[in-house]
Amino acid sequence: MNRVLIAEDLYLLREGLVHLLQAHGFEVVAAVESGPELLRGLLELRPDVSIVDVRLPPTFTDEGLQASLRARREVPGLPILVLSQHVEQLYARELLADGSGGIGYLLKDRVFNAEQFVDAVRRVAAGGTAMDPEVIAKLLAGNARNEPLAALTPREREVLEQMAEGRSNAAISQRLHLSESTVAKHTAGIFTKLGLAPSDDDNRRVLAVLAHLDSRQSS
Amino acid sequence: MLRKYGQVLALLALGVAELVTLVSAFLCLLGTFGLGMVFLLPPQVRMVRWVTGTARRLAGGAADMVIEPPYLPEPPPPQPQADGLYRSHRTLYKTPRLPAWNDRWKWMVTDPATWRDMLWLLLDPVVKAALLPLLVLLPGRGLRLYAAWCELLLAATPASRMAGRLARLNRARNLAVDTQAVEMRRIERDLHDGTQARLVALGMTIGAAEQLMDSDLAAARTLMAKAKEASAETLTELRRLIRGVHPPVLAERGLGDAVRALAMDSPLRVSVEVDLPHRPEAPVEAAAYFAVSELLANAARHGGAESVRIDISGDGPNLRVLVVDDGWGGADPSKGSGLNGIERRLAAFDGVVAIDSPPGGPTTVALELPRVLPEYWAGDIVKLPRWKTATVVFLWSTSWLPLFPQGIVAGAAKALGSQERSWFLALYLPQPWQWPCVAFMILLGTVMYVVAATLPALHNREAYMCQNVPRHVLFP
Repeated sequence: MNRVLIAEDLYLLREGLVHLLQAHGFEVVAAVESGPELLRGLLELRPDVSIVDVRLPPTFTDEGLQASLRARREVPGLPILVLSQHVEQLYARELLADGSGGIGYLLKDRVFNAEQFVDAVRRVAAGGTAMDPEVIAKLLAGNARNEPLAALTPREREVLEQMAEGRSNAAISQRLHLSESTVAKHTAGIFTKLGLAPSDDDNRRVLAVLAHLDSRQSS
Repeated sequence: MLRKYGQVLALLALGVAELVTLVSAFLCLLGTFGLGMVFLLPPQVRMVRWVTGTARRLAGGAADMVIEPPYLPEPPPPQPQADGLYRSHRTLYKTPRLPAWNDRWKWMVTDPATWRDMLWLLLDPVVKAALLPLLVLLPGRGLRLYAAWCELLLAATPASRMAGRLARLNRARNLAVDTQAVEMRRIERDLHDGTQARLVALGMTIGAAEQLMDSDLAAARTLMAKAKEASAETLTELRRLIRGVHPPVLAERGLGDAVRALAMDSPLRVSVEVDLPHRPEAPVEAAAYFAVSELLANAARHGGAESVRIDISGDGPNLRVLVVDDGWGGADPSKGSGLNGIERRLAAFDGVVAIDSPPGGPTTVALELPRVLPEYWAGDIVKLPRWKTATVVFLWSTSWLPLFPQGIVAGAAKALGSQERSWFLALYLPQPWQWPCVAFMILLGTVMYVVAATLPALHNREAYMCQNVPRHVLFP
C-alpha cells in the first residue's frame, strides 16, 4: 500500500519529495528523472502510487503526462498523482477520461502543505481522486451558465467543490466545520439537483460529478 | 458602342485638363528650380498626380485592365526624439510640421514616377491627337492602344513595386522590433515590481522568523506560516506572468491543444477545429495563439457572444485562422486597440487580418499568415511532370554512350592509330568525317548530361520563383 515511484527532473524537488514521503512512512521504490525511465518504472515496478511531474526530459514537453496516460492504458487504474507548475483543464480531462479513478492532478505548490499533500497521495493510492482546487474552480466557472449548477445553494456549492477535489464526507465535514450528517444531506441534495444516481462509494461519486461537469461544458 | 464613345469623350475632356495642368506645372517647376520657390512643388505634383490618376482610371477602365499607380509609399510621420524635438538632418524642430514637409518634398522629387508623370503629361496631347482618327473610327481598338500607351509610362514598374515592398517590410520589421521591446519592458516591470519585491519580502520574513526562533517560538512559527503563504502567492503571480509570455500548454502541446485549453477556460461555448499535420514553428504558434486569445477575450467582453467557432487550418504553406462568434457585431478595428495589437503582432509574419462584423452580427475574423508553414507539409514538393522525369531518366542512363565509348575512347583510339575499329562508329566513317563525328559525340554526351542535370533544377527554380516572388514582379 505504500510503495512509491517519483518522477521529477529537478534534483532538489525530487529529494524533497523522497524525504517527505519517507518521513510519512512510504517506501520510495524508484526516483527517476526522465520520461522513458518513468514509463519503464511504472510498467515494471507497478508502484502502489506514483508522483509524476508533467514536464520531463528529454523533450521537456508533457513527457510525464504522456507516460502516465500510456501506463494507465496498459494497467487500468494504476494510481498516479500528476504534479505540475500549472494546471490545465485539458490535462485534467485527459487524466479523468478513462473514468477508472486512482488519479490525481495537483499544482506543485500543494507540496508546501505536507499534511494535505500526503493525504492526497494516500487518497490516490487507495483508488480515489485528488484534483487541484484551481482545476475545480475552472471547471465550475466554465459551467457558470449550467442550469442545475446555478440552482445549488452557496453551501452546496462549497460541498461540491470539496467533493470534486476528491474528499470524502468525513474530510469535507472536517474542513467546512459541519457535522458529517449535514454534509451527507448536502451531497444528497447536490446529486438530486444534478440528476445523478446517488452512490455510497466516495470515489465513484467524485468521478460522476467530474464527468457531469466535463460533459456539460463540452456539449 | 455608345459607352465607348462616352469613354473617348471623357478622355478628350481630360485632355483639356491636361493642357491646363501642363502649363501650370511648367510654371511651377520654373518657379521651384529657377526662382527657388520650393513651396510650389508639392501642389504641382499633387495636381499632376490627380490628372494621371484619372487617366489611369479612365484608360484602364476603357480597356478592362488595372493600371497600378507606381508611386513610392509616403514617408512615415516624423517621430519625436526623447527630448520631444523633431530632427530633420542636422536641424531640430519643435513641431513635426517642417520635418514632415521636408520628407514629403524629398519623397516627391526623388520618386522617378514624378518625372515619368511629367513626361507622360508632355507627350500625351500629341499621342491623343495622333490617335484621334482611330478613336473616332474604331473606338474599341483605339482605346486599347491608348491604354497601352498609358501603361507604358503610368503603370507601376518592377522597381517601384520592389521599393514599395521593401518599404512595407521595413515598416513591418520596425513594428515587430518595437512590439518585442514593449513586451520585454512589460515583463521586466512585472518581474521587478512583482516577483522580485515579493521575494525580498519573503527573505525578510524568514530572516525575522530565524531571529525569533530562540526567544519566541510561537511568533516564529506564525512568521514561517506567513512566509509559506507569501511564497505560494509569488508562485501564483509568476505563473500568471509565464502564461502571458509563453503559455506552458503551447510549449508542451502546440497550437491546437493550447487553443483548446483556451477554449475550455473561456466563459463562452467554444468549438475548436484544428487541421494541421505538424507543429508550426514556435514564433508562428505564439503569434496565432495570442491572436486567438485576444479575439476570444474580445468576443466575451464586447461582442455579447454566446458561442464561438475557431477554425485553424493549413492551406499549403499558409496558416489560416478563422474565429466566428454570434455576438452583436459592429466590431471596428479603428476603435478597438485589441484588433490593432493583433495586426501588429501578425505584421512580423506579413500576416493579414480581415474582419467582417455587420451590426447585429455575426462577427467573422480571418487571419492569414502567408508562407509560414514548411513547404513539405502540403506534400507538393515540386513534382516533375511525367515526361520530364522520363526524359531525365533516359538522359542519365544513355548519355555515357556518346561521351565515352563513341566520343573520348574512339578519339583516343584514332589518335593512337589503332587498327581495331571495334564498335566505334566514327572509325567506320570515311576519313574526313571521323574527327567531326568524334567531336560531335563528345558534344552530344556533354549536352545530354547538362540537360539531365539542369532540367529538374530549372523546374524547381521556376516553382520556387513563383512561390516566393510576387507574381507581378516576375511577370511585369
